[in-house]
Amino acid sequence: MDLLLPGLLRGVGIGSLYALLAVSFVIIYRATTVVNFAQPALMILGSYFTALFAVQLGLPFPLAVLLAMAALAVVGAVTERVAMRPLVGQPVFSAAMVTVGVFIVLTMVANRLIGPGIIVVGDPWGIEFLRVGSLTVFQSDVARTVLGLGAVGAVGLFLKRSRVGLAMRATSLDQETALAQGVDVGRMFSLAWAISAALAGLAGMLVGTGSGGLEATAALIALKALPVIILGGIDSIEGAVVAGLLVGVAEALTRVYQPLYAPWLGANFDVVVPYVILMATLMVRPYGLFGTPEVERV
Amino acid sequence: MLAVQNLEVVYEDVILVLKGVSLAVPDGAVVALLGGNGAGKTTVLRAITGLLDVHRGSVTKGSVTLDGEPIHALDAPAIVAAGIGQVMEGRRIFSEFTVDENLRVGGHRAPRAEIPARLDRIYDLFPVLAERRRSVAGYLSGGEQQMLAIGRAMMAEPRVLLLDEPSLGLAPLVVQRIRDLIVDINRAGTSVLLVEQNANMALSIADHGYILETGKVVMDKPAAELREDEDVREFYLGLRQEGAASFRDVKHYKRRKRWLS
Ligand SMILES: Nc1ncnc2c1ncn2[C@@H]1O[C@H](COP(=O)(O)OP(=O)(O)O)[C@@H](O)[C@H]1O
Ligand SMILES: [Mg+2]
Repeated sequence: MDLLLPGLLRGVGIGSLYALLAVSFVIIYRATTVVNFAQPALMILGSYFTALFAVQLGLPFPLAVLLAMAALAVVGAVTERVAMRPLVGQPVFSAAMVTVGVFIVLTMVANRLIGPGIIVVGDPWGIEFLRVGSLTVFQSDVARTVLGLGAVGAVGLFLKRSRVGLAMRATSLDQETALAQGVDVGRMFSLAWAISAALAGLAGMLVGTGSGGLEATAALIALKALPVIILGGIDSIEGAVVAGLLVGVAEALTRVYQPLYAPWLGANFDVVVPYVILMATLMVRPYGLFGTPEVERV
Repeated sequence: MLAVQNLEVVYEDVILVLKGVSLAVPDGAVVALLGGNGAGKTTVLRAITGLLDVHRGSVTKGSVTLDGEPIHALDAPAIVAAGIGQVMEGRRIFSEFTVDENLRVGGHRAPRAEIPARLDRIYDLFPVLAERRRSVAGYLSGGEQQMLAIGRAMMAEPRVLLLDEPSLGLAPLVVQRIRDLIVDINRAGTSVLLVEQNANMALSIADHGYILETGKVVMDKPAAELREDEDVREFYLGLRQEGAASFRDVKHYKRRKRWLS
């Protein structure tokens, strides 16, 4: 029993990170019906900018994180304007392929910036932990949960309550009708990319902290978001959060219990768990837990 | 005044759909644009409102002006800002949004401080909508959805309102109601360009009417004269005599004789 609670908490921490990444995919998908495969590169750029502002320039950590997110928002908006806007009206498959190109370019940029070493993001929590009674909680898990879910909640509120958020949702429902109401649909696309990139940037910070440094290949953790978004239903923010937490917890508990009860499944079985959950769910609900049936998949 | 001069529109670079259409909507007027399916009515509205791009269409000749200023080079949001509102064919409400949210999208470009007053005005005009402001719009009846689409367009307080077949698919009583609303809106100072296949309804409130056939204006008269015109009575008002040949035959015969000579 004393394994369960720590396992759950670790799972919620990593799950919040997955949720954050998944939501960053969902925001662009909802605006443009394109799955943005450049997301991992945006995440790594987020780690880089956090390191730049916090460590190299020595700014206070919270300020560094905000600046990094702002920088990523600019990168996202510019990318949309330059690489994606010309493709409006083309099949979404072509657009998705272009995002793969954007991934390659941005990864090259990131590698150039980072160099061969590792990024030390400046680590306010490191491997510190809090003690609550007999329970120990990693600070990095607390940070991931609070900041990850907090950012997602803030974006959700913005979409739900603000005038621009309403226009973004209108655009995702029916672009032509939104245009006819005077909504600048192109601006909504840029804004979606900006928000999404800022969230990915925050994820980059959360991946980079609590681990003592980050290699460029850590970008691949962002791909964990793919089973999560398919599980959640690719057009649903709530779905992305629930699925992210589910996958995180399932992974963490597998890591705790599988070596004890099912060692014959081999080492690192937890890596497979998201896909097992995914396949089991899709057999019952082909559109994911919260998805809309007519969503087109790329 | 909204004026369309000698407009030519092509889809996909090759499909010529409007072949030199001219029409005018003077300030304060209700102007009817009539014509059968495929005549090009919706295309005229798309050209005015900057939505041709979305359909791979473009204006290849002619102009659209508002008070003499050309607007055909502007994008759709700028045209809304210039004072042209529209209710698209098929209503196109955001069915997942509430009534209130639909109206708020219509007020996207309005000054923030004015939104509450504008909402009040729309709810005064459409009490049915006021009762259901928190309902999901997709559950409204067809007539209510049409009112919502009109209310949404009016949130921008346009100078000219374009309506694309607002009576389509509605029961006669509901059509009456929509008709009366259009009259109210017009009395309050908005010019109206009313696209209809239901010529009866449109000509009963219009000052002037245009009849469009395969991309050309074939008749252009004060509404009172159109109501009396034999051809229009027969072919658009459904008052055809029994025993005439098929609609298509008679129409071609008449057209040849009266309109294309
Ligand atoms: N996006 C499009 N691409 C090609 N042809 C089109 C397109 N939209 C409409 N058309 C054609 O243009 C003609 C006029 O259509 P439309 O303006 O919708 O007529 P109406 O509204 O009078 O029914 C029709 O022949 C239609 O098939
Ligand atoms: Mg039409």
